[in-house]
Amino acid sequence: MLPNSLKAEQFAGYPPEARALVVRHLELLRLLPITFVPSLLREVIEYDFKFPAERAAIDREFTHLSSLSRAQMQLWFQSFSQVSLSTKIEEFDWVNQPAQFLEQESAYLWSTHQMDAFRKAATEYGNRLQSAVPDEPLPVRRVGIAAIGQGVGSYDAPLFRNLRKHGTYFNQVKPENGLEILLKAVADRAQAHPAAYGHWYVDGGRASNHSPLLTSVSYQGLDPVRSALLKNMDAEISRPGMGPEELRTHMARLLPADLGMDKSGDAVLDRFQVKVFTEGSGTQIFSTTFVQWTTREALRRAQPLTLLTRFAPRQRQRPMNELLSAVDGEAELDATGSLVDADMGAYYHWINQQRLPGAEQSAFLVWFEGHKQALAIGPSLPRGTTSTSSVDLAQLLSLATG
Amino acid sequence: MGRSRRDFLRDAAGVAIGGSLLGASPFLRGEAAAKKRKVIVVTFGGGARDQETFAPEGQENIPHMLNELIPQASFFTRVSNQGILGHYVATASLATGVYETLNNFSAVPPEHPTVFEYFRKDLRRPSSDAWVVAPSNGFNRIGESEYRSYGPGLGARVVLPKHLLSAASSGALGDYQHLVRDNYENPLYTPQIGGSEFELHQLEMILKLSVGDFMAHARTVSSPDELSMYIVKRLMQQESPSLLWITMHDIDIAHSGTYSLYVDAIRRTDRLCAELWKTVQSEPEYAGNTTLLILPDFGRDADEDPGGNGFQHHRTGDAASRTTWMMALGAGVRPGVVYDRPMQSIDLVPSLGAMMGFSAAFAQGKPIDELL
Repeated sequence: MLPNSLKAEQFAGYPPEARALVVRHLELLRLLPITFVPSLLREVIEYDFKFPAERAAIDREFTHLSSLSRAQMQLWFQSFSQVSLSTKIEEFDWVNQPAQFLEQESAYLWSTHQMDAFRKAATEYGNRLQSAVPDEPLPVRRVGIAAIGQGVGSYDAPLFRNLRKHGTYFNQVKPENGLEILLKAVADRAQAHPAAYGHWYVDGGRASNHSPLLTSVSYQGLDPVRSALLKNMDAEISRPGMGPEELRTHMARLLPADLGMDKSGDAVLDRFQVKVFTEGSGTQIFSTTFVQWTTREALRRAQPLTLLTRFAPRQRQRPMNELLSAVDGEAELDATGSLVDADMGAYYHWINQQRLPGAEQSAFLVWFEGHKQALAIGPSLPRGTTSTSSVDLAQLLSLATG
Repeated sequence: MGRSRRDFLRDAAGVAIGGSLLGASPFLRGEAAAKKRKVIVVTFGGGARDQETFAPEGQENIPHMLNELIPQASFFTRVSNQGILGHYVATASLATGVYETLNNFSAVPPEHPTVFEYFRKDLRRPSSDAWVVAPSNGFNRIGESEYRSYGPGLGARVVLPKHLLSAASSGALGDYQHLVRDNYENPLYTPQIGGSEFELHQLEMILKLSVGDFMAHARTVSSPDELSMYIVKRLMQQESPSLLWITMHDIDIAHSGTYSLYVDAIRRTDRLCAELWKTVQSEPEYAGNTTLLILPDFGRDADEDPGGNGFQHHRTGDAASRTTWMMALGAGVRPGVVYDRPMQSIDLVPSLGAMMGFSAAFAQGKPIDELL
């Protein structure tokens, strides 16, 4: 089926707000190429469970596309129209299963050497949309904070290597009460600039005491969900006919209730947390990956004004000889390996933050928890330099945001 | 980019720049020498980026290749893979010289004839002369295609050390079944074995290795690639194949999102490559007449590409995920030379054909002149 045949009743399975949105813009959808519409529907079908920033972005996209003339539409979508799909793929139920459609489409584009053309079309579209729909000004500059290296006594190799050219490296930070200082600073921002899902705290272990104004996600807090998912996956794998595509499809359909989450919880946040486990690779096993992926997804989707992440030691990857020797015991932690993971994770935190509106004004701080090393990035801080000033975390944050 | 890719190595290893060095081919030798030639291909996998290997910031991860192998090698800095960036399909493409389009997660043979079929058919070599050592079940059909006039009976024999481990343990791996699961991208999926895979009883017949000894050795190594290297050494001693293909895969732990484990795996693979080269020097059947080629199957996504998540995956098709390198050393190779011209990974098979004296009739790549 092609988009020009779309009818309102085909969206009966969509949640109420998503259905209303689609029906309102059905005429527009009928004009768009099939290589584009399922990507849009993949976002729309989740509309009822999206963060405010995502809903606003979808609304703005529809509004702008509806304002385009026929000639402009032709220009905006000609690259997508030049990508061809097979009849079999076009006949897939992309209205109700847009994510699964996109997986099949992706495999088809790779196999027909059209992936580069599709990628170019998507990039052009994104750039056009970004230029045409200006971002709303932020109420306060965006801040990212990463605490890395929890549990590491000493570490001699250089840290923050990827970030040093972007900010100032401090090697005489006063570490006392560092985490408490950072949590208070984040809470103060949440108090001063209230916004739904606007201020986050992500912990790779057990969450420390924090303000209820923060959206909080922790690895330990989600232990029951993680265990339920691993059991669910194990059961699915042993089913006849189960392969990677089928397993992925199954996981994509899992809802919070399927994994034992309380139905009275925050439906938007619960769905987000389930997706961190069902869509992220390695999040189910390694806490460092969990923090990195949660950070990436929180920034991409919720676009928080403040995001504090704290990495914790992940379980140690046991070598083959140890596993074959069948020596059981408590899962050991790998604090040093986790520091290396987290150092890269903090770099990705900053990269993902810089993709958001207000990037040129944003601030970032990464701290080797419990130690004297930190790096701060901010519009007024010099880049690629080292400071030996003795400062505490509050002063450092103030320098970054000042 | 301010610095060319070859600058990475010119500075680090003091090697010469190729281009003006194309003179008489070091491969121009008599028929007798050609018959004795041996070639070993190692895929440095699965998927490593410049910045963790040959770029200045990555060189600390590859001390063995940088200090021991590069000075003896011809190094090609711009090898691109324009095909599908999945490990099985990409390795199949490397082995056929055609960008294959098979399902990466299915145990299906390549569509086009493999290098092993060309080699055996044209040179009338027995099955014992072409071997593949690959990490997991998904690679068990890599040895031969089903192409008419080539195909079954003309390919390589395939050893899957993880599969051997599973069979040898008779299901006693218990909670550690993940060790033998197929790959890191779909860690919960293992295709069913079919085709000409190496059976357990052949451990004893061919490798002269009892199941007990195999398991005892497995308990001394730290990773599946180390186990593969153990099998490779046994094969070299017992069978001395002329064409040996080794697919490394530890690096693909990157899919778990743990940067430290990804880098650890690169360091291990670097060490294993140097170990292999030392083994070549110490084995009489191989010393002096062996060409070793090392290349990643592809790279991984760039940190800055918004469609990916940096080193974790290879899904965007960006330049970092498609562009990689190749090193050739040993018999017939000009040592200490860097070539910066672009080439494709499918050029490997026609080059092997030109080096070894067979025709890669259906391969779509071009022979690499600098190796001829």
